[in-house]
Amino acid sequence: MILAIVFLPLLAAIVGGFGQRTIGAAATKLLTTGALFVSAALSWPIFISFLGGAEAGEPVQVLRWIASGNMDVSWALRVDQLTAVMLVVITSVSALVHLYSWGYMSEDPDQPRFFAYLSLFTFAMLMLVTADNLVQMFFGWEGVGLASYLLIGFWYQKPSANAAAIKAFVVNRVGDLGFMLGIFGTFLVFGTVSIPAILAAAPAQAGSTIGFLWFRADTMTVLCLLLFIGAMGKSAQLGLHTWLPDAMEGPTPVSALIHAATMVTAGVFMVCRLSPMFEVSPVALDVVRFVGAATCLFAATCGLVQTDIKRVIAYSTCSQLGYMFFAAGVGAYGAAMFHLFTHAFFKALLFLGAGSVIHAMHHEQDMRYYGGLRRDIPVTFWGMMMGTLAITGVGIPAVLGNPVGFGFAGFHSKDAIIEAGWAAGQPGVWFVGVLVALLTSFYSWRLMFLTFWGTPRWAASEHIQHAMHDAHGHGDHSHDDPADEHGGASPSTHAPSQQDLPAGTGGYHPHESPWPILVPLGVLSLGAIAAGFVFHGWFIEPEAGERFWRGTIAFNEHLMHAMHEVPLGVKLSATIAMLAGLFAAWYAYLRNPAFPAQVSEQFHVLYRFLLHKWYFDELYHLLFVRSAFAVGRLFWHRGDEKTIDRFGPNGLAWVAQLGSRAAVRLQTGYLYTYAFVMLIGLTAAVTWAINR
Amino acid sequence: MIGLTHYVVVSAVLFTLGVLGIFLNRKNLIVMLMAIELILLAVNINFVAFSAYLGDLVGQVFAMFVLTVAAGEAAIGLAILVIYFRGRGTIAVDDVNRMKG
Repeated sequence: MILAIVFLPLLAAIVGGFGQRTIGAAATKLLTTGALFVSAALSWPIFISFLGGAEAGEPVQVLRWIASGNMDVSWALRVDQLTAVMLVVITSVSALVHLYSWGYMSEDPDQPRFFAYLSLFTFAMLMLVTADNLVQMFFGWEGVGLASYLLIGFWYQKPSANAAAIKAFVVNRVGDLGFMLGIFGTFLVFGTVSIPAILAAAPAQAGSTIGFLWFRADTMTVLCLLLFIGAMGKSAQLGLHTWLPDAMEGPTPVSALIHAATMVTAGVFMVCRLSPMFEVSPVALDVVRFVGAATCLFAATCGLVQTDIKRVIAYSTCSQLGYMFFAAGVGAYGAAMFHLFTHAFFKALLFLGAGSVIHAMHHEQDMRYYGGLRRDIPVTFWGMMMGTLAITGVGIPAVLGNPVGFGFAGFHSKDAIIEAGWAAGQPGVWFVGVLVALLTSFYSWRLMFLTFWGTPRWAASEHIQHAMHDAHGHGDHSHDDPADEHGGASPSTHAPSQQDLPAGTGGYHPHESPWPILVPLGVLSLGAIAAGFVFHGWFIEPEAGERFWRGTIAFNEHLMHAMHEVPLGVKLSATIAMLAGLFAAWYAYLRNPAFPAQVSEQFHVLYRFLLHKWYFDELYHLLFVRSAFAVGRLFWHRGDEKTIDRFGPNGLAWVAQLGSRAAVRLQTGYLYTYAFVMLIGLTAAVTWAINR
Repeated sequence: MIGLTHYVVVSAVLFTLGVLGIFLNRKNLIVMLMAIELILLAVNINFVAFSAYLGDLVGQVFAMFVLTVAAGEAAIGLAILVIYFRGRGTIAVDDVNRMKG
């Protein structure tokens, strides 16, 4: 069964990717989407059987891969509780994204390629999470990197998309180097790359040291930090996060897939998978916690001022990943996985909802040109609403005799993380968590208020003007075309002459998206509402969690108990922060719309700092890109042109030319010269032969 | 008494004349062909002289072969000359430098 789950997407990708000319676009789409739905349908029973307390079976051996010396690597698919969680997340979100793309990409000429890439991406991610050894995990890791490159750069005609794709690839490569070194080091220390064997042997290495660069360091700290650098690259943690916002250049379904279910969760998954290893090294955990909290805060502050709807959600992803890492850093791996699980649903929902808005608004992505869309696209609005309620963590806390609390998905997982921060004796981290909860609430509601409330501000948008212009040029008949109206392939437009529309719309009338877009929104809404409440017992409750995880992650039952014993103020803190953020967003964007401008005027240094994303891109440009160019130019001009070329090919050519010019002078063309040379030669040869 | 030495000296003189005829001759190609004949003749005299001196007939047989080859060579050389003259209108050695690189 696991073979089908993992390899169906690959099969679909290969057949669809290479055979698209033969089987046609529609068949390719059907094939890939169908394969993913089958995978998802097969994944859920596995997950549910684990929820019911099933034991993990032996890994399924597929092929012997590398056997060299004492290195023995097989392709093996491992299915345990941790993998099952990832399986349902990946296959479900991916299947829905495939379906969504039917609607969203319906106008794109390259759809088969897109669907094949999506399936390839899913396959790589499945390979990653089912890996039984680090090398196979690295295969999936790289596969995900490749597929993300292909998908981010899907619209290769756009230079910005190409640049973003290259950036994602290169930044990931930095992290991959760390991961690779980590794998090498692990093999060096343990003599194996099999994950269970490493985890079993890890505690014995506590306190040993290893020579690293020019100093000796704690073995496990070095290994964990190297592996964590890999996780930072994939999961876009502070320092290696710069690729993530730029990845928004890809089509929106890709953003949803990358940021909700695959790729960025790989780092969190890896840390959780290797959690017994990280538990051995307190220093590494400190770093994980610190980086997680820093990313969380950094990304949330950037999200506050972005105007591009997708970028706001991208920074939100970055920030939520920070949450997951600091949950892992305080030892609450269950909470990290839980947040990963719930986050997949509501973040996919938010991205797909944003895609639907963009679709309705004729590819306008700037929230400043939205407004008042609530009534025009109600289904999308309610989907986004559920997502926002989930990400901000709306719910009733477990106080005043209320035993567990009840709320949207994010309420359960995020509050668990924040409480775990306090319970683990890290008030600093707890404070960052609460602060970011406030910021999360603020930017999420800001997005909602700017998009769906207020008065329409569409008229100023170039995209809308463009759409109106086109509609005008083609006449009104396109509006009456029933296929256009019901298929919803492109939002049809009313003639500007119609006076029933309010001011600011520019005569544009957004239409709700077609059903392939709306169905995933509906399904994910269910997930965003219920995923937290239904599953929190298995993921984070002390006894049930211990029974569920069965040692696949370092489940700290003690910490989970302590989470329930935190003071009342701590329990309420996240909810209070959420309400404060909501109120602030309401005040700034509905009550007093002039307020944000005043604030940015007042604190324009801070505002610019945030708008430029803490100047990370500029800094990297200065430090790495420019210096790389300088070094490249040095090697190019000085090294290649003036040294290698000069003495190498060009030098040899020069010698040959000189030699041939001398030889030409010898060739007089007169017969007697040749005869003379012949005679001299003969004489010399005979002389030599005689005197030998 | 005319001995082997005389023959060898004549042969050497003829050979040297032939070689110099090739190098120093700037007149025309016929002279050059004649110089080649001279060289071959010098060789033939050597062959015959040594054949008589050593009482070995092989040298004389070889001389017959050389004569045959010399006849063929002269025929081909003259034929080339005729063709060349038709084409270029001259057989002056100084003008024959088409092989210049």
